[in-house]
Amino acid sequence: MKDMLTPYVTDDGRQIGETLMDMRNITLRFGGVEAIKDISFNIQEGEIRAIIGPNGAGKSSMLNVISGFYNPQEGEVWFRGKKRPPMKPFQVARLGIARTFQNIALFEGMSVLDNVMTGRLNHMNAGLFSQALWKGRAEREETENREAVERVIDFLEIQAIRKTPVGRLPYGLKKRVELARALAAEPKLLLLDEPMAGMNVEEKEDMSRFILDVNDEFGTTIALIEHDMGVVMDLSDRVIVMDYGRKIGDGTPDEVRNNQEVIDAYLGVAHD
Amino acid sequence: MTTDVSRDAPQSLPALLARNVARFPDKPAFREKEFGIWQSWTWAETAKEIDAFALGLLTLGASEGDHIAIIGRNRPALYWAMVAAQKVGCIPVPLYQDAAAEEIAYALNHCGARYAVVGDQEQVDKIADVRADVTALEHVIYLDGRGLRKYDHSHMTSYADIAAKGGDRAEMERRTNALTYDHTSVMLYTSGTTGRPKGVVLSNRNVIETAKNSSEFDHLLPTDEVLAYLPMAWVGDFIFSVGQAMWTGFCVNCPESEHTMLTDLREIGPTYFFAPPRVFENQLTSVMIRMEDAGRFKKWLFDHYMRVARRVGPALLDGKPVSFGDRLSYALGNILVYGPLKNTLGLSRIRIGYTAGEAIGPEIFDFYRALGINLKQLYGQTEATVYITQQPDGEVRSDTVGVPSPGVELKIADNGEVFYRSPGVFVEYYKNAESTASTKDAEGWVATGDAGFIEEGTGHLRIIDRAKDVGKMADGSLFAPKYVENKLKFYPNILEAVVFGAGRDRCCAFINIDLTAVGNWAERNNIAYSSYQELSQHPRVLEMIDGHVAEVNASVAQDEMLAGCQIHRFLVLHKELDADDGEMTRTRKVRRAVVGQKFDDLVNALYSDATEIYTETEVTYEDGRKGKIKATLSIRDAIVAPTMKVAAE
Repeated sequence: MKDMLTPYVTDDGRQIGETLMDMRNITLRFGGVEAIKDISFNIQEGEIRAIIGPNGAGKSSMLNVISGFYNPQEGEVWFRGKKRPPMKPFQVARLGIARTFQNIALFEGMSVLDNVMTGRLNHMNAGLFSQALWKGRAEREETENREAVERVIDFLEIQAIRKTPVGRLPYGLKKRVELARALAAEPKLLLLDEPMAGMNVEEKEDMSRFILDVNDEFGTTIALIEHDMGVVMDLSDRVIVMDYGRKIGDGTPDEVRNNQEVIDAYLGVAHD
Repeated sequence: MTTDVSRDAPQSLPALLARNVARFPDKPAFREKEFGIWQSWTWAETAKEIDAFALGLLTLGASEGDHIAIIGRNRPALYWAMVAAQKVGCIPVPLYQDAAAEEIAYALNHCGARYAVVGDQEQVDKIADVRADVTALEHVIYLDGRGLRKYDHSHMTSYADIAAKGGDRAEMERRTNALTYDHTSVMLYTSGTTGRPKGVVLSNRNVIETAKNSSEFDHLLPTDEVLAYLPMAWVGDFIFSVGQAMWTGFCVNCPESEHTMLTDLREIGPTYFFAPPRVFENQLTSVMIRMEDAGRFKKWLFDHYMRVARRVGPALLDGKPVSFGDRLSYALGNILVYGPLKNTLGLSRIRIGYTAGEAIGPEIFDFYRALGINLKQLYGQTEATVYITQQPDGEVRSDTVGVPSPGVELKIADNGEVFYRSPGVFVEYYKNAESTASTKDAEGWVATGDAGFIEEGTGHLRIIDRAKDVGKMADGSLFAPKYVENKLKFYPNILEAVVFGAGRDRCCAFINIDLTAVGNWAERNNIAYSSYQELSQHPRVLEMIDGHVAEVNASVAQDEMLAGCQIHRFLVLHKELDADDGEMTRTRKVRRAVVGQKFDDLVNALYSDATEIYTETEVTYEDGRKGKIKATLSIRDAIVAPTMKVAAE
């Protein structure tokens, strides 16, 4: 097994850098229920990291810990070499962590363009006065932000629906718009919660291509949760397998695929 | 033949470009919507871009006479690449961007292209797939590098990098100045309704003379605007977006992506516009569908003023006398209905609109004319550098294709086949002397392959069908399938039709329903369906098609010569005819022989007593995978109208 803590170059020539995020002995409880039990893992700069596991394994809870939605009772979250104190989600977003949601969370009545623009919130610094008068900094920032948003729109090939209200779009496109909004934030770490859920084969292929292209073009580090094993194995550099809140596997797709415990979890061997 | 333009007139497209730079350096030459904004390049900037890429090609090692393939959607840089190729004495060969890898491989091998300039990863991947077979190809130049980062770049460079290379300017000038009227300007592959595509070689003479004649015929102006959205590999696009643009100096606008064409059309509002009938049909269908959803008052307003428009509009457009009252109603209608509608369609500013390629339904044609859009028809082909005949202003009708274009002579052979001779007549089929000889005779007459006749009195040409498709039925009467198919296709519910009957005692037909129109109708009538196949076999859909076929039969029966072509039995196909399955050409013309062979079980069933037939068909998905669809199709007997002869007895 490769030493995952040192930078390395993948088979296809991408540079994987230092540790971006380090989760140390995370435990998360809801009352008496332990959703996550003493899990440690890291995410390295530039890689695509997947979290998989059966329903109720604690994958989404883990993503919510990373995004600051839940604060774990035990353990430490290290981001870019610093220990991260308990934070609110908007504070985490300011650190450069953006996400998409399992059940799409867009503004249905707003256009695609406006939705993606909201992803630029953390890049807008003009004051209330300037915004209201639409002069000086506010105007300049709007232009810069629009330019960044247009690049994302071009990248994800959603030019044709730029002005369409999100509510009128089919499901697959909404997912793409959500990805666009997350990308517009220019995140260091992109969290994708089941990006392919409910998609047909063609939409899945499109989405896979976009995820790979994002990683390739912008060098964005991606952590994703996904049910579709085929997709996960093709996309990811490294995979964490969770079951009943525990980590039962961690490694390259091949290593994970041959891990007996993982096979058992997926085939449903009786738990003791 | 007409004489050449004067001796010092530009003899090549690069020379025309230089002339435009001198005449209007600061006028926009190209626009492209990128990042939500229309970016534009003046003629001076365009010339600079073209020079930069031409120099890069020199440095890459391009020699005079090399072929350079161009594959991608309409983008300024690809047009520049074509002219840049000419500047260094190379021959641009635009290919269809949706062609399959094998089709591209065939063309690349046939012309021996050393370089290919392509749009994006999709095209790079296709070439990579066939790389082993395409031995002459040395280097691929791509525009959009997205997704290509990890590719082996030893034989691949981005367009920007080539343009930044620089090179021997003196050598480029020498090669550009050496270009004459007889040098090849471009090579275009014919879509190949039959057999392998052929490379049509067009000289600078062909392109420039045609561009000049046709620009003058329609009084094109430097201030005109066109939208370049039709395939670059098609001769029409080369003449409109390169030839005429260079001759006249008008501006070529490229859409943002394939899917934004209609929005971009609205934003640009072209003054000179070309579209195949299909585009006009689709627009009309969507207008009609949306009017169905409008409120009662709006619907009434629309219906009322469209009636006025149909009565008055064409006459106004042709400059015929119209009463004051009618003029007033039309003016009012223009404020309330036509103006806003044209604006929505992006056709507000059209001075000259053309349709060609297929017959257009009289209803559709009249609809646009009624709105005051100067839509005309032309008839042409690649071998003629587009123009054979076209309709002059004031003499526009849906059933003719117009009078001979300037410089074109026509003659009709005994079997009805149309021949022409013009300055646009192609030089040869590349590496195919045999086909060249069988198409073009020693005196320069070219066989069109179409059967038609020149109308007495008006001198307009009317086309009946492909000459080889015009046949005889068992009883010796004339069989012209296209004539009947076109009548069927004029119904919005029918997308395609294929009529059989050569050598048989009666005609039968395959019909493809139009999913947009029929699907919408189904929704309105609470008809549930889960797939194209199910909808196509729905009893009420079949009844509807029954009605259409009966009406067509009644109309065919009116024509003494073609009365035998009435449809006796038909079936509605369970899949759309598709170019990916080889049933149509890339320009969406039905390959009759292929369809007949592929579905021979269905044809046999049509000529038996069966009332239904079970069939399995192989289909190819867009990504190249194959699948099978199974269906039981019902066969319908059509109502046949009594022919004139019988009725008279």
